[in-house]
Amino acid sequence: MSMETTLSHDTPAHDDHHHDKPRGLARWLYTTNHKDIGTLYLVFSLLMFFIGGSMAMIIRAELFMPGLQLVEPEFFNQMTTMHALIMVFGAVMPAWVGFANWMLPMMIGAPDMALPRMNNWSFWILPFAFTMLLSTLFMDSGGPAAGWTLYPPLSLQGGQSFAFVVFAVHMMGISSIMGSINVIATILNLRAPGMTLLRMPLFVWTWLITAFLLIMVMPVLAGAVTMLLTDHFFGTSFFNAAGGGDPVMFQHIFWFFGHPEVYIMILPAFGVVSEIIPTFARKPLFGYSAMVYATASIAFLSFIVWAHHMFTVGMPLTGALFFMYATMLIAVPTGVKVFNWVSTMWKGSMTFETPMLFAIAFVVLFTIGGLSGLMLAIASVDLQYHDTYFVVAHFHYVLVPGSVFALMAGAYYWLPKWTGHMYSETWGKIHFWVSAISVNILFFPQHYLGLAGMPRRIPDYSTQFADFNMISSIGGFIFGASQLIFVGVIVHCVYKSRQKATAQVWEGAKGLEWTLPSPAPYHTFDTPPVIDETTIAHAHSRH
Amino acid sequence: MAQHANDSYYVPHSTKWPIIGSVGMALMMGSAAYWVNESSVAPWTFLAGALVLIYMMFGWFGEVIRESESGMYNSQVDTSFRMGMLWFIASEVMFFAAFFGALFYARVLAVPWLGGEGAGAFTNEILWQGYDAVWPTAGPEDLGGPFAVVPAFGVPFVNTLILLTSGLTVTLAHHALKKDDRTKLIGWLLATVALGFIFVALQIEEYIVAYQHLGLTLGSGIYGSTFFMLTGFHGMHVSLGAIMLAVIAIRAMRGHFKPEHHFGFEAVAWYWHFVDVVWLGLFIFVYVY
Repeated sequence: MSMETTLSHDTPAHDDHHHDKPRGLARWLYTTNHKDIGTLYLVFSLLMFFIGGSMAMIIRAELFMPGLQLVEPEFFNQMTTMHALIMVFGAVMPAWVGFANWMLPMMIGAPDMALPRMNNWSFWILPFAFTMLLSTLFMDSGGPAAGWTLYPPLSLQGGQSFAFVVFAVHMMGISSIMGSINVIATILNLRAPGMTLLRMPLFVWTWLITAFLLIMVMPVLAGAVTMLLTDHFFGTSFFNAAGGGDPVMFQHIFWFFGHPEVYIMILPAFGVVSEIIPTFARKPLFGYSAMVYATASIAFLSFIVWAHHMFTVGMPLTGALFFMYATMLIAVPTGVKVFNWVSTMWKGSMTFETPMLFAIAFVVLFTIGGLSGLMLAIASVDLQYHDTYFVVAHFHYVLVPGSVFALMAGAYYWLPKWTGHMYSETWGKIHFWVSAISVNILFFPQHYLGLAGMPRRIPDYSTQFADFNMISSIGGFIFGASQLIFVGVIVHCVYKSRQKATAQVWEGAKGLEWTLPSPAPYHTFDTPPVIDETTIAHAHSRH
Repeated sequence: MAQHANDSYYVPHSTKWPIIGSVGMALMMGSAAYWVNESSVAPWTFLAGALVLIYMMFGWFGEVIRESESGMYNSQVDTSFRMGMLWFIASEVMFFAAFFGALFYARVLAVPWLGGEGAGAFTNEILWQGYDAVWPTAGPEDLGGPFAVVPAFGVPFVNTLILLTSGLTVTLAHHALKKDDRTKLIGWLLATVALGFIFVALQIEEYIVAYQHLGLTLGSGIYGSTFFMLTGFHGMHVSLGAIMLAVIAIRAMRGHFKPEHHFGFEAVAWYWHFVDVVWLGLFIFVYVY
């Protein structure tokens, strides 16, 4: 192979070179291009969002009325378990990696990700991993049914599916670790000259910290599920008290992974919202460096709060107090963020295009989820809330109108940059309003159900919970159906929209990605761009 | 060519290796799941998956080595590779941290609780009365039967000396490479490889003694679990590291690496120091203390 074909050239003459960009399926299988891989991640995560979402529809349909209506309890448990595994590992996490792939090189002035071949591999592991995970539903034993947290001893009593879940989780972990290594190497090594760390857009900062979290905790999850596997099949006693082990130990190891994991899903959301609000408020982000330090503080604290998931399991009083106060401390940097978003909007010249609507809804609804989290952090009252629908309401508020709304916001925000066309603003707004209203009908009543004592992960319930469950289910069906609008808007934007997007797309948009034409060229920067104050989004706030 | 200069970027062309790796990995992982579920075909498909992965590694790494040797990588690519390796090792550290965490949790908390300490008083009264929580233990039901531990200052101590020496020899090889002394480079590298494989051989011998004479098995309660999982994963990493060193030695014999440009060598050396440090942790907390 000659060097001509081995190297990528960004001169126009070479852009269509067949080695650069194979056609058809081969293009997607062999690609090393960050935009192609970003698209793969985003399409994959959208598919998983609908698969996981249809499981949620089954759950809500079963809970529509008291009594067993549609599914067997065993299958219900499989649905709750798989819904969580798919939404966490298949929808939200890969969606953020998709955004990272598309946007990081464009935001820091790089040609591509730092390790493009590994980038391809980290994506192409995922379809295999999720095929393996989903295939368990068709096994004699059915899918995993012990909850996504895989607590022993219950998870060890699963049938054939158990080992498949463990190995699927291993593959997802390998994919995540490679993806994170790529993100860190890209951000630390491929910034254009002049793009100093404290000039980076907030989305870049939040992803840098997220990648660090992923590298620190995904291997711990791998260790935890490996111990489950050997306890089940090879006679070890990690989680067996008769052999000197402790089932509670699994919970400690799992949540050492699990708590940073929830920040892995929300930190990039903070980043996206911190990009969008300044654009549509036409003001630089308020307190840029405070936002950076707040993100880092949240990441640090996320490592020392894990046992707040375990207050009812039993731990020494000092332990409960430590984890309670450490958890409540997270409210401080998170509060800094929320106040900074509000301050950015203060006296701004605001317009309310779809990305901004989703971003504002994020700020309001995520904060509700954050406040219920603060309630859950109080060890003494958590004894009442634990394992009730209050917890379900809490984490769905931070994940759905939190992470997922930020994903929607980001998708609408950058879709014109990706496709070169404007999406339908009317349908975007319809999507927003239907989603924002229905998501509250879906999850808000669950707070009351939980406070009244309805346990989670149960297919049937006492008749006193009937009304709120029916309301919640109706909200769920509307929310689920309204996501089809999102698909419609995307398909229309990609294939049908005739309205060309300008390079800047949004009047108030600042930052390197908006200096590129829309759609962004296949190769972003062949030579490093010049970074000066005018291209930095938060220029005015710095001296 | 512009790509050689540091003010321009290097982006590799599209590649078939990752998707081959994914197929191999999926075949291997899926087969492993069928294997533990006692499928008779699975060991063979597992092997097939492993072979596909090995084929992928030969192809992928070979391509990177050819590109590197033909001078296509600038210093920026070199830095990306370095960061990649460092953060990969960081993730490996956290994998071992999970198992060390399990060891510390069992020794400091779980086992004493079973013996009646702290909130575990009733466990000791009602569930396992009179269980004497002394490390090493196979738990209150003495799972796996009575066992003896591998004494620290026998084979494990010899293995500590071997690994520490190998850390020294790989550093001497590095110094030789920087001085472009090829003979010494190859000599010290081969010595490191030999020490690595001797370590693995002694570890296997230790396992045989444990299983046949000491009654210490993977099923020997929490002690056996932590002992074999920690030393086993470490042994796998040493084996992998020794194979990596052997590849580097072969490359050195073929004239690869330059005194100022030898990331492949350094990556393997870092990895080797990492397994070395993990062993020191093992020696102290599994064998001695």
